[in-house]
Amino acid sequence: MTLIDLANPSKFLALTARALPWLAGATAILLLVGCYQAVMAPDDYQQGATVKIMFIHVPNAWLSMFVWGVMSVAALGTLVWRHPLADVAAKAAAPIGAAFTFLALVTGSLWGRPMWGTYWEWDARLTSVLILFLMYLGLMALWRAVEDPSRAARAAAVLTLVGAINLPIIKFSVDWWNTLHQPSSVLRMGGPSLDKAFLIPLLVMAVGFSLLFMTLHLAAMRNEILRRRVRSLQMMQASQQAA
Amino acid sequence: MTPLAALIRRDIKIALRVGGGALIGVLFFLTVTVLMPFAIGPDLPLLARLGPAILWLGALLASLLTLDRLFTADHEDGSLDLIVMGRTPLELACAAKALAHWLAAGVPLIAATPVLGLLLNLDAAATSAVALTLLVGTPALTFTGMIGAALAVTLHRGGLLLAVLVLPLSIPVLIFGVAASQAAIAGPLSFGTPFSILCALSLVSFVVGPFAAAASLRHGLD
Repeated sequence: MTLIDLANPSKFLALTARALPWLAGATAILLLVGCYQAVMAPDDYQQGATVKIMFIHVPNAWLSMFVWGVMSVAALGTLVWRHPLADVAAKAAAPIGAAFTFLALVTGSLWGRPMWGTYWEWDARLTSVLILFLMYLGLMALWRAVEDPSRAARAAAVLTLVGAINLPIIKFSVDWWNTLHQPSSVLRMGGPSLDKAFLIPLLVMAVGFSLLFMTLHLAAMRNEILRRRVRSLQMMQASQQAA
Repeated sequence: MTPLAALIRRDIKIALRVGGGALIGVLFFLTVTVLMPFAIGPDLPLLARLGPAILWLGALLASLLTLDRLFTADHEDGSLDLIVMGRTPLELACAAKALAHWLAAGVPLIAATPVLGLLLNLDAAATSAVALTLLVGTPALTFTGMIGAALAVTLHRGGLLLAVLVLPLSIPVLIFGVAASQAAIAGPLSFGTPFSILCALSLVSFVVGPFAAAASLRHGLD
Protein backbone atom coordinates (compact mmCIF):
# COMPACT_ATOMS: atom_id res chain seq x y z
CA MET A 1 0.00 0.00 0.00
CA THR A 2 1.67 3.20 -1.15
CA LEU A 3 0.52 6.77 -1.33
CA ILE A 4 -0.52 6.29 -4.95
CA ASP A 5 -2.86 3.43 -4.07
CA LEU A 6 -4.70 5.83 -1.80
CA ALA A 7 -5.38 8.05 -4.81
CA ASN A 8 -8.48 6.00 -5.42
CA PRO A 9 -11.12 7.54 -3.13
CA SER A 10 -13.01 4.25 -2.77
CA LYS A 11 -9.88 2.46 -1.55
CA PHE A 12 -9.19 5.36 0.79
CA LEU A 13 -12.73 5.20 2.18
CA ALA A 14 -12.49 1.44 2.70
CA LEU A 15 -9.11 1.67 4.43
CA THR A 16 -10.07 4.55 6.70
CA ALA A 17 -13.36 2.86 7.60
CA ARG A 18 -11.30 0.02 9.04
CA ALA A 19 -8.64 2.22 10.64
CA LEU A 20 -10.82 4.92 12.20
CA PRO A 21 -12.33 2.92 15.11
CA TRP A 22 -8.85 1.80 16.21
CA LEU A 23 -7.51 5.33 15.94
CA ALA A 24 -10.46 6.75 17.85
CA GLY A 25 -10.07 4.09 20.55
CA ALA A 26 -6.35 4.75 20.92
CA THR A 27 -7.04 8.49 21.10
CA ALA A 28 -9.64 8.05 23.82
CA ILE A 29 -7.38 5.78 25.89
CA LEU A 30 -4.35 8.06 25.60
CA LEU A 31 -6.34 11.20 26.40
CA LEU A 32 -7.96 9.51 29.42
CA VAL A 33 -4.60 8.28 30.70
CA GLY A 34 -3.08 11.69 30.05
CA CYS A 35 -5.89 13.47 31.88
CA TYR A 36 -5.59 11.11 34.84
CA GLN A 37 -1.84 11.66 35.02
CA ALA A 38 -2.35 15.39 34.67
CA VAL A 39 -4.80 15.44 37.56
CA MET A 40 -2.44 13.35 39.65
CA ALA A 41 0.57 15.53 38.82
CA PRO A 42 1.78 17.67 41.73
CA ASP A 43 0.99 21.38 41.85
CA ASP A 44 3.72 23.77 40.85
CA TYR A 45 5.39 25.48 43.79
CA GLN A 46 4.75 28.89 42.21
CA GLN A 47 1.79 28.48 39.92
CA GLY A 48 -0.28 26.12 42.04
CA ALA A 49 -2.93 24.08 40.27
CA THR A 50 -3.07 26.43 37.27
CA VAL A 51 0.02 24.74 35.90
CA LYS A 52 -2.28 21.93 34.79
CA ILE A 53 -3.62 24.14 32.02
CA MET A 54 -0.28 23.40 30.42
CA PHE A 55 -1.32 19.80 29.69
CA ILE A 56 -4.05 21.09 27.38
CA HIS A 57 -2.37 24.27 26.22
CA VAL A 58 0.98 22.96 25.05
CA PRO A 59 -0.33 20.08 22.86
CA ASN A 60 -2.81 22.47 21.25
CA ALA A 61 -0.12 25.05 20.56
CA TRP A 62 2.13 22.34 19.18
CA LEU A 63 -0.59 21.01 16.89
CA SER A 64 -1.52 24.49 15.67
CA MET A 65 1.86 24.63 13.95
CA PHE A 66 1.97 20.95 13.04
CA VAL A 67 -1.32 21.19 11.14
CA TRP A 68 0.04 23.99 8.96
CA GLY A 69 2.97 21.66 8.20
CA VAL A 70 0.53 18.91 7.20
CA MET A 71 -1.32 21.38 4.97
CA SER A 72 1.96 22.47 3.36
CA VAL A 73 2.79 18.87 2.47
CA ALA A 74 -0.73 18.48 1.09
CA ALA A 75 -0.27 21.73 -0.89
CA LEU A 76 2.90 20.29 -2.45
CA GLY A 77 0.85 17.20 -3.22
CA THR A 78 -1.70 19.36 -5.00
CA LEU A 79 0.71 21.50 -7.01
CA VAL A 80 3.60 19.13 -7.68
CA TRP A 81 2.30 15.57 -7.65
CA ARG A 82 -1.34 16.35 -8.46
CA HIS A 83 -2.38 13.76 -5.93
CA PRO A 84 -6.19 13.61 -6.08
CA LEU A 85 -6.63 13.41 -2.33
CA ALA A 86 -4.10 16.11 -1.46
CA ASP A 87 -6.55 18.98 -1.73
CA VAL A 88 -9.11 16.98 0.25
CA ALA A 89 -6.49 16.59 2.98
CA ALA A 90 -5.63 20.29 2.86
CA LYS A 91 -9.22 21.41 3.00
CA ALA A 92 -10.12 19.05 5.84
CA ALA A 93 -7.09 20.11 7.89
CA ALA A 94 -7.75 23.87 7.87
CA PRO A 95 -10.72 24.06 10.27
CA ILE A 96 -9.14 21.49 12.60
CA GLY A 97 -5.93 23.51 12.69
CA ALA A 98 -7.90 26.68 13.33
CA ALA A 99 -9.70 24.94 16.20
CA PHE A 100 -6.43 23.81 17.80
CA THR A 101 -5.01 27.32 17.40
CA PHE A 102 -8.14 28.81 18.95
CA LEU A 103 -7.94 26.39 21.88
CA ALA A 104 -4.27 27.25 22.36
CA LEU A 105 -5.19 30.94 22.47
CA VAL A 106 -8.11 30.44 24.85
CA THR A 107 -6.24 28.17 27.27
CA GLY A 108 -3.24 30.49 27.11
CA SER A 109 -5.48 33.43 27.90
CA LEU A 110 -7.13 31.58 30.81
CA TRP A 111 -3.69 30.64 32.08
CA GLY A 112 -2.47 34.20 31.68
CA ARG A 113 -5.24 35.65 33.86
CA PRO A 114 -4.04 34.17 37.19
CA MET A 115 -0.35 34.20 36.22
CA TRP A 116 0.12 37.61 34.58
CA GLY A 117 -3.06 39.28 35.85
CA THR A 118 -4.45 39.85 32.38
CA TYR A 119 -6.26 37.81 29.77
CA TRP A 120 -4.29 39.26 26.92
CA GLU A 121 -0.74 40.43 26.75
CA TRP A 122 1.02 41.43 23.53
CA ASP A 123 3.60 38.81 24.26
CA ALA A 124 5.60 37.57 21.30
CA ARG A 125 4.30 34.01 21.41
CA LEU A 126 0.68 34.99 21.92
CA THR A 127 0.90 37.49 19.10
CA SER A 128 2.40 35.05 16.62
CA VAL A 129 -0.20 32.41 17.51
CA LEU A 130 -2.91 35.04 16.99
CA ILE A 131 -1.51 35.84 13.54
CA LEU A 132 -1.41 32.11 12.78
CA PHE A 133 -5.08 31.97 13.76
CA LEU A 134 -5.86 34.88 11.41
CA MET A 135 -4.08 33.07 8.60
CA TYR A 136 -6.08 29.90 9.25
CA LEU A 137 -9.29 31.94 9.10
CA GLY A 138 -8.15 33.61 5.85
CA LEU A 139 -7.46 30.22 4.34
CA MET A 140 -10.89 28.96 5.38
CA ALA A 141 -12.45 32.10 3.90
CA LEU A 142 -10.62 31.33 0.65
CA TRP A 143 -11.98 27.76 0.63
CA ARG A 144 -15.47 29.07 1.24
CA ALA A 145 -15.28 31.87 -1.35
CA VAL A 146 -15.04 29.59 -4.38
CA GLU A 147 -17.55 26.97 -5.41
CA ASP A 148 -15.33 24.85 -7.64
CA PRO A 149 -13.22 22.76 -5.20
CA SER A 150 -10.31 22.10 -7.57
CA ARG A 151 -9.93 25.80 -8.41
CA ALA A 152 -10.05 26.73 -4.73
CA ALA A 153 -7.56 23.93 -4.02
CA ARG A 154 -4.82 25.37 -6.21
CA ALA A 155 -5.25 28.88 -4.86
CA ALA A 156 -5.26 27.58 -1.29
CA ALA A 157 -2.17 25.49 -2.01
CA VAL A 158 -0.22 28.55 -3.20
CA LEU A 159 -1.35 30.51 -0.17
CA THR A 160 -0.50 27.67 2.22
CA LEU A 161 3.05 27.42 0.85
CA VAL A 162 3.53 31.19 0.95
CA GLY A 163 2.28 31.07 4.54
CA ALA A 164 4.73 28.29 5.35
CA ILE A 165 7.59 30.47 4.11
CA ASN A 166 6.22 33.55 5.82
CA LEU A 167 5.30 32.09 9.21
CA PRO A 168 8.92 31.80 10.45
CA ILE A 169 9.57 35.36 9.22
CA ILE A 170 6.48 36.62 11.04
CA LYS A 171 7.50 34.72 14.17
CA PHE A 172 10.97 36.26 14.03
CA SER A 173 9.62 39.77 13.42
CA VAL A 174 7.14 39.54 16.28
CA ASP A 175 9.87 38.29 18.63
CA TRP A 176 12.03 41.22 17.60
CA TRP A 177 9.15 43.70 17.91
CA ASN A 178 8.31 42.37 21.34
CA THR A 179 11.84 42.59 22.73
CA LEU A 180 11.97 46.14 21.39
CA HIS A 181 8.82 47.17 23.21
CA GLN A 182 9.21 45.15 26.39
CA PRO A 183 12.85 45.02 27.37
CA SER A 184 12.07 43.41 30.74
CA SER A 185 10.81 40.00 29.79
CA VAL A 186 8.66 39.02 32.74
CA LEU A 187 6.55 36.76 30.60
CA ARG A 188 8.71 33.71 30.55
CA MET A 189 6.41 30.73 30.52
CA GLY A 190 7.47 27.32 31.81
CA GLY A 191 11.17 26.80 31.71
CA PRO A 192 13.75 25.09 29.63
CA SER A 193 13.81 22.15 32.02
CA LEU A 194 10.62 20.47 33.02
CA ASP A 195 10.33 18.05 35.90
CA LYS A 196 9.59 14.42 35.07
CA ALA A 197 6.31 14.60 36.99
CA PHE A 198 5.11 17.13 34.40
CA LEU A 199 6.98 15.89 31.37
CA ILE A 200 5.46 12.39 31.17
CA PRO A 201 1.78 13.48 31.32
CA LEU A 202 2.61 16.26 28.85
CA LEU A 203 4.10 13.80 26.37
CA VAL A 204 1.13 11.44 26.79
CA MET A 205 -1.26 14.31 26.16
CA ALA A 206 0.77 15.47 23.16
CA VAL A 207 0.62 12.03 21.57
CA GLY A 208 -3.07 11.79 22.48
CA PHE A 209 -3.88 15.12 20.84
CA SER A 210 -1.85 14.17 17.75
CA LEU A 211 -3.90 10.99 17.45
CA LEU A 212 -7.01 13.09 17.95
CA PHE A 213 -5.91 15.22 15.04
CA MET A 214 -5.33 12.14 12.87
CA THR A 215 -8.75 10.77 13.75
CA LEU A 216 -10.56 14.04 13.11
CA HIS A 217 -8.57 14.66 9.94
CA LEU A 218 -9.34 11.26 8.43
CA ALA A 219 -13.00 11.58 9.37
CA ALA A 220 -13.15 15.07 7.87
CA MET A 221 -11.47 13.81 4.70
CA ARG A 222 -14.09 11.07 4.42
CA ASN A 223 -16.83 13.64 4.83
CA GLU A 224 -15.24 15.88 2.21
CA ILE A 225 -15.02 13.00 -0.30
CA LEU A 226 -18.65 12.12 0.32
CA ARG A 227 -19.63 15.79 0.07
CA ARG A 228 -17.94 16.04 -3.32
CA ARG A 229 -19.71 12.90 -4.52
CA VAL A 230 -23.02 14.36 -3.45
CA ARG A 231 -22.12 17.58 -5.24
CA SER A 232 -21.27 15.84 -8.52
CA LEU A 233 -24.41 13.69 -8.27
CA GLN A 234 -26.52 16.80 -7.75
CA MET A 235 -24.87 18.46 -10.75
CA MET A 236 -25.50 15.36 -12.88
CA GLN A 237 -29.11 15.37 -11.79
CA ALA A 238 -29.46 19.06 -12.55
CA SER A 239 -27.98 18.65 -16.02
CA GLN A 240 -30.30 15.69 -16.72
CA GLN A 241 -33.30 17.72 -15.66
CA ALA A 242 -32.16 20.59 -17.85
CA ALA A 243 -31.71 18.29 -20.86
CA MET B 1 12.82 46.91 -26.85
CA THR B 2 12.82 43.69 -24.86
CA PRO B 3 9.42 42.21 -23.98
CA LEU B 4 9.89 42.95 -20.30
CA ALA B 5 10.74 46.62 -20.87
CA ALA B 6 7.74 46.89 -23.19
CA LEU B 7 5.52 45.33 -20.52
CA ILE B 8 6.77 47.75 -17.86
CA ARG B 9 6.28 50.75 -20.18
CA ARG B 10 2.79 49.64 -21.13
CA ASP B 11 1.71 49.05 -17.54
CA ILE B 12 2.99 52.43 -16.36
CA LYS B 13 1.28 54.18 -19.27
CA ILE B 14 -2.04 52.47 -18.56
CA ALA B 15 -1.79 53.17 -14.86
CA LEU B 16 -1.13 56.89 -15.34
CA ARG B 17 -3.70 57.51 -18.08
CA VAL B 18 -7.40 58.13 -17.69
CA GLY B 19 -8.98 54.97 -16.30
CA GLY B 20 -5.82 53.81 -14.54
CA GLY B 21 -6.06 53.94 -10.79
CA ALA B 22 -2.48 54.69 -9.75
CA LEU B 23 -3.03 58.22 -8.47
CA ILE B 24 -6.17 57.31 -6.54
CA GLY B 25 -3.81 55.48 -4.17
CA VAL B 26 -2.15 58.79 -3.27
CA LEU B 27 -5.52 60.41 -2.72
CA PHE B 28 -6.50 57.53 -0.44
CA PHE B 29 -3.19 57.87 1.43
CA LEU B 30 -3.89 61.58 1.94
CA THR B 31 -7.45 60.95 3.10
CA VAL B 32 -6.47 58.28 5.62
CA THR B 33 -3.76 60.51 7.03
CA VAL B 34 -6.18 63.43 7.32
CA LEU B 35 -8.70 61.18 9.09
CA MET B 36 -6.23 60.22 11.82
CA PRO B 37 -6.16 63.57 13.68
CA PHE B 38 -9.96 63.46 13.81
CA ALA B 39 -9.77 60.12 15.62
CA ILE B 40 -6.76 60.92 17.80
CA GLY B 41 -7.29 64.63 18.40
CA PRO B 42 -5.27 67.64 17.21
CA ASP B 43 -2.55 67.01 19.78
CA LEU B 44 0.66 67.87 17.91
CA PRO B 45 3.21 66.08 20.15
CA LEU B 46 1.06 62.93 20.13
CA LEU B 47 0.67 63.11 16.35
CA ALA B 48 4.43 63.50 15.98
CA ARG B 49 4.92 60.39 18.11
CA LEU B 50 2.38 58.35 16.15
CA GLY B 51 3.30 59.90 12.78
CA PRO B 52 5.55 57.14 11.39
CA ALA B 53 3.00 54.49 12.34
CA ILE B 54 0.15 56.45 10.72
CA LEU B 55 2.11 57.01 7.52
CA TRP B 56 3.12 53.37 7.34
CA LEU B 57 -0.42 52.13 7.91
CA GLY B 58 -1.74 54.54 5.28
CA ALA B 59 0.87 53.46 2.75
CA LEU B 60 0.17 49.78 3.52
CA LEU B 61 -3.56 50.16 2.95
CA ALA B 62 -3.11 52.37 -0.12
CA SER B 63 -0.73 49.96 -1.83
CA LEU B 64 -3.00 47.03 -0.96
CA LEU B 65 -6.11 48.67 -2.39
CA THR B 66 -4.47 49.59 -5.68
CA LEU B 67 -3.12 46.03 -6.03
CA ASP B 68 -6.62 44.69 -6.49
CA ARG B 69 -6.53 45.63 -10.18
CA LEU B 70 -2.97 44.44 -10.93
CA PHE B 71 -4.08 41.40 -12.95
CA THR B 72 -7.84 41.92 -13.19
CA ALA B 73 -7.79 44.56 -15.93
CA ASP B 74 -5.43 42.43 -18.05
CA HIS B 75 -7.63 39.42 -17.45
CA GLU B 76 -10.72 41.27 -18.61
CA ASP B 77 -9.25 42.40 -21.93
CA GLY B 78 -7.47 39.10 -22.53
CA SER B 79 -3.89 40.33 -22.44
CA LEU B 80 -3.19 38.26 -19.34
CA ASP B 81 -3.70 35.10 -21.40
CA LEU B 82 -1.11 36.38 -23.89
CA ILE B 83 1.33 37.06 -21.06
CA VAL B 84 0.77 33.59 -19.61
CA MET B 85 1.23 31.89 -22.98
CA GLY B 86 4.10 34.12 -24.12
CA ARG B 87 7.70 33.06 -24.45
CA THR B 88 8.87 35.27 -21.60
CA PRO B 89 8.94 33.28 -18.35
CA LEU B 90 5.79 34.05 -16.42
CA GLU B 91 7.77 34.66 -13.23
CA LEU B 92 9.73 37.45 -14.94
CA ALA B 93 6.58 38.90 -16.48
CA CYS B 94 4.95 38.96 -13.02
CA ALA B 95 8.03 40.66 -11.57
CA ALA B 96 7.92 43.24 -14.39
CA LYS B 97 4.23 43.93 -13.75
CA ALA B 98 4.87 44.35 -10.04
CA LEU B 99 7.79 46.68 -10.73
CA ALA B 100 5.63 48.77 -13.06
CA HIS B 101 2.89 48.86 -10.46
CA TRP B 102 5.35 49.99 -7.81
CA LEU B 103 6.72 52.72 -10.09
CA ALA B 104 3.24 53.99 -10.94
CA ALA B 105 1.51 53.57 -7.57
CA GLY B 106 4.23 53.15 -4.94
CA VAL B 107 6.61 55.97 -5.84
CA PRO B 108 3.86 58.64 -5.70
CA LEU B 109 3.12 57.49 -2.14
CA ILE B 110 6.74 58.08 -1.19
CA ALA B 111 6.71 61.43 -2.96
CA ALA B 112 3.63 62.45 -0.96
CA THR B 113 5.22 61.50 2.38
CA PRO B 114 6.95 64.88 3.04
CA VAL B 115 3.67 66.77 2.65
CA LEU B 116 1.81 64.35 4.89
CA GLY B 117 4.68 64.51 7.37
CA LEU B 118 4.02 68.26 7.70
CA LEU B 119 0.38 67.55 8.56
CA LEU B 120 1.49 65.15 11.28
CA ASN B 121 4.05 67.53 12.78
CA LEU B 122 7.05 65.43 11.82
CA ASP B 123 10.36 67.27 11.52
CA ALA B 124 12.60 67.00 8.48
CA ALA B 125 14.75 64.17 9.86
CA ALA B 126 11.70 62.11 10.84
CA THR B 127 10.01 62.68 7.49
CA SER B 128 13.08 61.65 5.56
CA ALA B 129 13.45 58.57 7.75
CA VAL B 130 9.86 57.56 7.02
CA ALA B 131 10.28 58.28 3.31
CA LEU B 132 13.48 56.24 3.19
CA THR B 133 11.91 53.26 4.96
CA LEU B 134 8.89 53.49 2.66
CA LEU B 135 11.23 53.56 -0.33
CA VAL B 136 12.79 50.22 0.59
CA GLY B 137 9.69 48.76 2.24
CA THR B 138 6.87 49.39 -0.24
CA PRO B 139 8.41 47.09 -2.91
CA ALA B 140 7.99 44.26 -0.40
CA LEU B 141 4.33 45.22 0.02
CA THR B 142 3.81 45.26 -3.74
CA PHE B 143 5.57 41.96 -4.37
CA THR B 144 3.78 40.20 -1.49
CA GLY B 145 0.46 41.73 -2.43
CA MET B 146 0.95 40.53 -5.99
CA ILE B 147 0.38 36.97 -4.71
CA GLY B 148 -3.00 38.07 -3.42
CA ALA B 149 -3.76 39.86 -6.68
CA ALA B 150 -2.96 36.69 -8.65
CA LEU B 151 -5.21 34.65 -6.36
CA ALA B 152 -7.94 37.28 -6.71
CA VAL B 153 -7.91 37.08 -10.50
CA THR B 154 -7.96 33.28 -10.61
CA LEU B 155 -10.82 33.16 -8.12
CA HIS B 156 -12.79 36.09 -9.59
CA ARG B 157 -12.85 37.54 -6.10
CA GLY B 158 -11.15 40.61 -4.82
CA GLY B 159 -11.66 43.28 -2.26
CA LEU B 160 -11.98 42.07 1.30
CA LEU B 161 -10.84 38.50 0.67
CA LEU B 162 -7.61 39.82 -0.85
CA ALA B 163 -7.07 42.12 2.12
CA VAL B 164 -7.70 39.35 4.65
CA LEU B 165 -5.24 37.05 2.91
CA VAL B 166 -2.45 39.55 2.28
CA LEU B 167 -2.48 41.76 5.39
CA PRO B 168 -1.10 39.11 7.80
CA LEU B 169 1.76 38.49 5.38
CA SER B 170 2.73 42.16 5.48
CA ILE B 171 3.14 42.26 9.28
CA PRO B 172 6.95 41.85 9.20
CA VAL B 173 7.33 44.74 6.76
CA LEU B 174 5.14 46.94 8.96
CA ILE B 175 7.07 45.99 12.10
CA PHE B 176 10.49 46.74 10.66
CA GLY B 177 9.38 49.78 8.67
CA VAL B 178 7.93 51.49 11.73
CA ALA B 179 10.80 50.29 13.93
CA ALA B 180 13.42 51.74 11.57
CA SER B 181 11.59 55.08 11.41
CA GLN B 182 11.23 55.22 15.19
CA ALA B 183 14.88 54.27 15.63
CA ALA B 184 15.91 57.17 13.41
CA ILE B 185 13.68 59.60 15.30
CA ALA B 186 13.97 58.62 18.94
CA GLY B 187 16.54 55.86 19.22
CA PRO B 188 17.76 54.09 21.31
CA LEU B 189 18.31 51.39 18.71
CA SER B 190 20.54 52.06 15.72
CA PHE B 191 18.74 52.78 12.46
CA GLY B 192 20.85 50.27 10.55
CA THR B 193 19.59 47.04 12.13
CA PRO B 194 15.85 47.27 11.38
CA PHE B 195 16.60 49.06 8.11
CA SER B 196 18.78 46.22 6.81
CA ILE B 197 16.18 43.66 7.87
CA LEU B 198 13.59 45.71 5.96
CA CYS B 199 15.83 45.57 2.88
CA ALA B 200 16.18 41.82 3.39
CA LEU B 201 12.40 41.42 3.55
CA SER B 202 12.08 43.27 0.25
CA LEU B 203 14.71 41.02 -1.33
CA VAL B 204 12.93 37.90 -0.05
CA SER B 205 9.65 39.15 -1.49
CA PHE B 206 11.35 39.69 -4.89
CA VAL B 207 12.03 35.95 -4.92
CA VAL B 208 8.87 34.57 -3.35
CA GLY B 209 6.31 36.95 -4.87
CA PRO B 210 6.82 36.38 -8.61
CA PHE B 211 7.11 32.59 -8.22
CA ALA B 212 3.98 32.30 -6.08
CA ALA B 213 2.00 34.66 -8.33
CA ALA B 214 3.13 32.82 -11.47
CA ALA B 215 2.26 29.45 -9.91
CA SER B 216 -1.17 30.70 -8.97
CA LEU B 217 -1.79 32.15 -12.45
CA ARG B 218 -0.54 29.02 -14.18
CA HIS B 219 -2.65 26.65 -12.12
CA GLY B 220 -5.65 28.87 -11.71
CA LEU B 221 -6.50 30.44 -15.07
CA ASP B 222 -8.70 28.48 -17.39
